Amino acid sequence: MKTTLRRLTAALLPLMAAHAMAADSTRLDDQTQLPKAPARPSGKAYFQPPAEADIPNNAYGDLVRRGQDLFMNTRALAPEYVGNEMNCVNCHIDRGRKANSAPLWAAYTMYPAFRKKNNKVNTFVERMQGCFQFSMNGKAPAADSEVLAALTAYAYWMSSGVPIGKVQPGRGFDEPPPPKGGYDIARGQRVYEKQCAICHGDDGAGRKVGATTVFPPLWGKDSYNWGAGMHRINTAAGFIQHNMPLGRGETLSDQEAWDVAAYINAHERPQDPRLVNGDIDETRKRYHADDGVNLYGVVVGGQKLGQGVK
Amino acid sequence: MFTSPARPLALILCLSASLLTLSLQARAADGEAIIQKGGANPAAMPCMSCHGADGKGMAAGGFPRLAGLPEAYIAKQLADFKAGRRQNPLMQPISQALDDAEVAAVAKAYAALPRVQVKAGTLERPREGSGAWLALRGAWDRNIPECTLCHGPSGVGVGDAFPPLAGQSAEYIEAQLRAWRASPAGPAGRKGKALAAVPPTRRNDPNGLMQHIAADLSEAEIKAVSAYFAGLGETTEPFDASQHRLR
Ligand code: HEC
Ligand code: HEC
Ligand code: HEC
Ligand code: HEC
Repeated sequence: MKTTLRRLTAALLPLMAAHAMAADSTRLDDQTQLPKAPARPSGKAYFQPPAEADIPNNAYGDLVRRGQDLFMNTRALAPEYVGNEMNCVNCHIDRGRKANSAPLWAAYTMYPAFRKKNNKVNTFVERMQGCFQFSMNGKAPAADSEVLAALTAYAYWMSSGVPIGKVQPGRGFDEPPPPKGGYDIARGQRVYEKQCAICHGDDGAGRKVGATTVFPPLWGKDSYNWGAGMHRINTAAGFIQHNMPLGRGETLSDQEAWDVAAYINAHERPQDPRLVNGDIDETRKRYHADDGVNLYGVVVGGQKLGQGVK
Repeated sequence: MFTSPARPLALILCLSASLLTLSLQARAADGEAIIQKGGANPAAMPCMSCHGADGKGMAAGGFPRLAGLPEAYIAKQLADFKAGRRQNPLMQPISQALDDAEVAAVAKAYAALPRVQVKAGTLERPREGSGAWLALRGAWDRNIPECTLCHGPSGVGVGDAFPPLAGQSAEYIEAQLRAWRASPAGPAGRKGKALAAVPPTRRNDPNGLMQHIAADLSEAEIKAVSAYFAGLGETTEPFDASQHRLR
């Protein structure tokens, strides 16, 4: 039995791969969960990326600096690819350098990444294209575009000295385990009002100074969409536990982080661009049912979430 | 034309209307008057004698700019002085001498004055270790976000809770950082006896967002970052809301 199955899969593999290619001609990566990173050995520091002052003063350095500028000012400098009010740095704190904020130095050397689940290989560029499509609710720049060339150069530079293919402590968001008694949206709202609304606003829309967003939106039309990795409660809980309230990371309990992550992600945001046949339930089945803990297509307070907002 | 019979009547109506508003204002406390002449209680000295005729403060005395600060922020500070969450020998008695209506009126009057504007610059590339670096990059190894992330691009302030740093003097900014930082106890040395710890004299920041930042800055960093914000100056050009401010 086992061997037949193995033989069958072996025969089907090339076929399946060809199918994956055809169905996914854009080869956009979605924002599947990263595997859990190893814990930092006690007494050892996280990887230290090189200093900004060490970016060389030549054409390569110019591209790296351009990448950093784009990373921090994505909305302003690459508006044609950004459909909301977000910048890469909003979720990748300290210019993509901070551990447990999905730092670029822990990402770059882990690609191309093979995913067993759907037998796909994704490149680093495809992963960033996914961020544009989902986190930025925008349009992915072409793989050979200047924008992605600069962002890649920036990540490459920051990873100087990281061994290839060796997963680093500090990668991803180091999600806290799901709380024993589950999460509670109402309790999350209380955390939000006390600790988050001062910056992100009662309406979750964030805050601007003129045209510039200072505090990024957490839900609504200007936030990440229903296909973004941050819409997973477990992923958002990890980001929040380590990085929020701003400058006071790791002060919320795991329970509070889960509760407030659930509260944020129980609000409407732009539709998942992969929407299948205009049908939320079908989209849930295909893309969300198996994607961590999330509320897409789930009825909360009498409303089915996943309607999308424009 | 001047003989039109309707005129005197209109004039009288007009006059009595403005008299009415005046007396209403007096009862509801007049912010302008408090700034120039002080509050009803003589201990509430005229604000302008320290905060300047234009409300832009006086660097030498460490008197901050109040012009254009958010109304809610000013009212909160006066309440904080009154309650002792913010300690200062000059401002505490003054805040205690103002009643609620006077606080509301003077906060409104100062908020209505021109707020600080800083010219939108090009992308800045700060040098590590400089004041500009702290302002624009922070010190994340100590959980210190870049100051502009909360105080807004060029430190012009964000909403009611995050006051502008631009427009304030280096003396004032330094004093506030030290007020939050306090000083730890010093061990007895060869020269003197042990120093007692000085507790913070300002503990009014919401959710402790600001205190830990000040506490983790060195004396040199306090000087550098204060000089950076004080040095941004002010422009009279109107704020261009269509233009992005780059990080
Ligand atoms: C709304 C928050 C958000 C924004 C904005 C965002 N990302 Fe991400 N990013 C994520 C999440 C969530 C993940 C996946 C983390 C996980 O699953 O643990 C991720 C993962 C990544 C990874 C892979 C990390 C790894 O270790 O493999 C890269 C590279 C990346 N993002 C780059 C970008 C770039 C470039 C931009 C701007 C164009 C951007 N991100 C904007 C949330 C965001
Ligand atoms: C002092 C202001 C402040 C407070 C308080 C604060 N945040 Fe944030 N938050 C920010 C800023 C600024 C960023 C973007 C960081 C950057 O761009 O460098 C951010 C980013 C985020 C993001 C990722 C970007 C996005 O828009 O989705 C999430 C999620 C988030 N915060 C959730 C929270 C939660 C939950 C709380 C309360 C527990 C909280 N924040 C408290 C300022 C704040
Ligand atoms: C004798 C001088 C003096 C007078 C008069 C004075 N102030 Fe002040 N004020 C100060 C000083 C000094 C500070 C800074 C206190 C500190 O370091 O905490 C200050 C601070 C303030 C602040 C806090 C500003 C900020 O940015 O946080 C407010 C608000 C204020 N004063 C309002 C007033 C009002 C209203 C009046 C008039 C009723 C007034 N002051 C009169 C000396 C004065
Ligand atoms: C996480 C958000 C946050 C960051 C980052 C931050 N601040 Fe603040 N800061 C605040 C808040 C909130 C207040 C107002 C506190 C209050 O209500 O009295 C404040 C007030 C101040 C004041 C007093 C202003 C006045 O008018 O009295 C100074 C000075 C100041 N901050 C300096 C800095 C400097 C310098 C940095 C960077 C090293 C910085 N802040 C970074 C949140 C922040």
